[in-house]
Amino acid sequence: MTTANKEVNELIKREYEHGFVTDIEVDTFEPGLSEDVITRLSEIKKEPQFMLEWRLKAYRRWLEMEEPDWAHLGYDRIDYNSVSYYSAPKRKEDMPQSLDEVDPELLKTYEKLGIPLHEHAKLAGVAVDAVFDSVSVATTFKEPLAKAGVIFCSISEAVRDYPELVQKYLGTVVPHTDNFFAGLNAAVFSDGTFVYVPKGVRCPMELSTYFRINAANTGQFERTLIIADEGSYVSYLEGCTAPMRDENQLHAAVVELVALDNAEIKYSTVQNWYPGDENGKGGIYNFVTKRAACIGKNSKVSWTQVETGSAITWKYPSCILRGEGSVGEFYSVALTHNHQQADTGTKMIHLGKNTTSTIISKGISAGKSSNVYRGLVKFGPRAEGARNFTECDSLLIGDQCGAHTFPYIESLNKSAIVEHEATTSKVSDEQMFLCRQRGIDMERAVSMIVNGFCKDVFKELPMEFAVEAGKLLEVSLEGSVG
Amino acid sequence: MLSIKNLHASVEGKEILKGINLEIKAGEVHAIMGPNGSGKSTLSQVLAGNDAFEVTSGSVTMNGENLLEKETEERARDGVFLAFQYPVEIPGVSNLQFMRTSVNAMRHHRGESEMNAAEFMKLAREVSKQVDLDPAFLKRGVNEGFSGGEKKRNEIMQALMLQPKLAILDETDSGLDIDALKVVSDGVNALRAEDRAILMVTHYQRLLDHIVPDFVHVLADGKIVKSGGRELALELEDRGYAWLGIKDDETAANSAN
Repeated sequence: MTTANKEVNELIKREYEHGFVTDIEVDTFEPGLSEDVITRLSEIKKEPQFMLEWRLKAYRRWLEMEEPDWAHLGYDRIDYNSVSYYSAPKRKEDMPQSLDEVDPELLKTYEKLGIPLHEHAKLAGVAVDAVFDSVSVATTFKEPLAKAGVIFCSISEAVRDYPELVQKYLGTVVPHTDNFFAGLNAAVFSDGTFVYVPKGVRCPMELSTYFRINAANTGQFERTLIIADEGSYVSYLEGCTAPMRDENQLHAAVVELVALDNAEIKYSTVQNWYPGDENGKGGIYNFVTKRAACIGKNSKVSWTQVETGSAITWKYPSCILRGEGSVGEFYSVALTHNHQQADTGTKMIHLGKNTTSTIISKGISAGKSSNVYRGLVKFGPRAEGARNFTECDSLLIGDQCGAHTFPYIESLNKSAIVEHEATTSKVSDEQMFLCRQRGIDMERAVSMIVNGFCKDVFKELPMEFAVEAGKLLEVSLEGSVG
Repeated sequence: MLSIKNLHASVEGKEILKGINLEIKAGEVHAIMGPNGSGKSTLSQVLAGNDAFEVTSGSVTMNGENLLEKETEERARDGVFLAFQYPVEIPGVSNLQFMRTSVNAMRHHRGESEMNAAEFMKLAREVSKQVDLDPAFLKRGVNEGFSGGEKKRNEIMQALMLQPKLAILDETDSGLDIDALKVVSDGVNALRAEDRAILMVTHYQRLLDHIVPDFVHVLADGKIVKSGGRELALELEDRGYAWLGIKDDETAANSAN
């Protein structure tokens, strides 16, 4: 065994900084799922009838669906009746009208997470929707955004206040029949973010949602819908954390993006759900369906993700490139450590003429983790002149982890062009020795080497988050050597 | 400054160094010559603390301190510098970032404040000129796509940036053409100082035309078999390693050079 590996194997006390629990009074449903539970959920949210019917239809269909097992993941089957499907902080009114009415305990929680919601301390230039377990507790910068015509609110509010928009687009990108987890989400989704950017508007600030799981034994099922109307632009970022618990918790989200003619959506994720401890106990099961429909001509969607958390990640942010000349991009850094398992990648479905897509995936495996890239590039019969470029790189730290690449390419059009590159490398003993010989300690050296490896993806993140992402990798790698 | 006594070291159970004794004083330049497989590179790696090699007996002290019980990075911060024979690439990490991290790690160790980006850039530009490297290379990944000569010049540049107490140069001349050899040698000569020792490991004497050593040692089969002054290297060139009863295929093959 080589020396770096010896060091790597002397595992690891990795500190998860967001593992605290907020002590707050909550309304929580008893565990279990039924039509009654869904009806109650819909009532609490004061949803219009169409929404309840939509949920029930999804639920009935879901009951007939099978949990998928094709992913390169090992975990005990989830008992969906042992999960609670709704948990929300108690409040006097059904919706806080202003931040003054938000429970100070909650404000403190977000402050601790580095997301100040107070008027005076708000993140400059970034509007935040804060989702706590099953509900959105606050949304900042609503007024200035409204002035620009941008709707930025929780999806629960949108269902009540903009039912026509919601009805027009909800489920059009990810139908409830799409897959098991998307079906479940359609039945029980609790909250999430809604964004509408009107024609020709460049959203004046970054939008973001911060998802926090707090309650034990509760699933989080958020649903996000972003619509960029013709010629508009929006950049959106989501962040996620959860307390450290010995039990696994389920997170099954659906994100739908719709880009009309000449619209552009940049969607960035920094996912740092609790990954479980060094023995693989606890952590979030993250089963997420994210998809964008580039329905307009020359529309563009970029997914950028930095995935460092979760015990299990099952996630394939995808683009359906229907509009002529539309562009899909996927930039991903997925880091797994200890016993984490990630099966992640993307699907680029080229339907329109001259559509292009770029996939850059960087997988980093440490400890005893498993890291899979799974990607589909598909060209429909009318995708004349379409092209894709894919680059998948894996970096191994130590010799007990695994990296796998499963690229699928299907082409029904002879003019389509695919380029694919893949590499696997190791943080080598020689690299470590060079760094250390120059006085650089091991942790710093690993973090520097890994950050170098991820450079192409980090440069796609909004500036302030690129720095965050770099730091997050550093924390996530803590103890991976020495 | 450096005192090596009866040093034995092995790799994967095979003994390579079989009792090295060497004293190097501050201000001196020592050259270690020897055929391939004699243990020259092993000696450099052991001194720098590469734990792929196991020290089985003997001692090494630097300025009175036991070097062998220190980690690689501690030795580096105490002033041990190794210019690698085959510098490794670190993709995506810029030379600038790498060197700045290194310089600041050393400064931190000495209780000095970190150099900011502007100060560092100024210094790096000056030093890069000294080794005839285009400052644009500072933005490239560490050794990424560098030619052999560029890699070697980069190593010397790092030595000049870090100003070590003991600079160990492992076959710094190998793979260099005459012009590059001149640049690298000028760099090394610029390192010569009263408070600094230089240990050069080389197969050929041609490097010693440019960097004139105070002492020359011949290493064979893990031991120093002969020591002398500058003239020993010249004699070796004339008569080959066989003169000392040492087998060396490569010298024989290259004797026409």
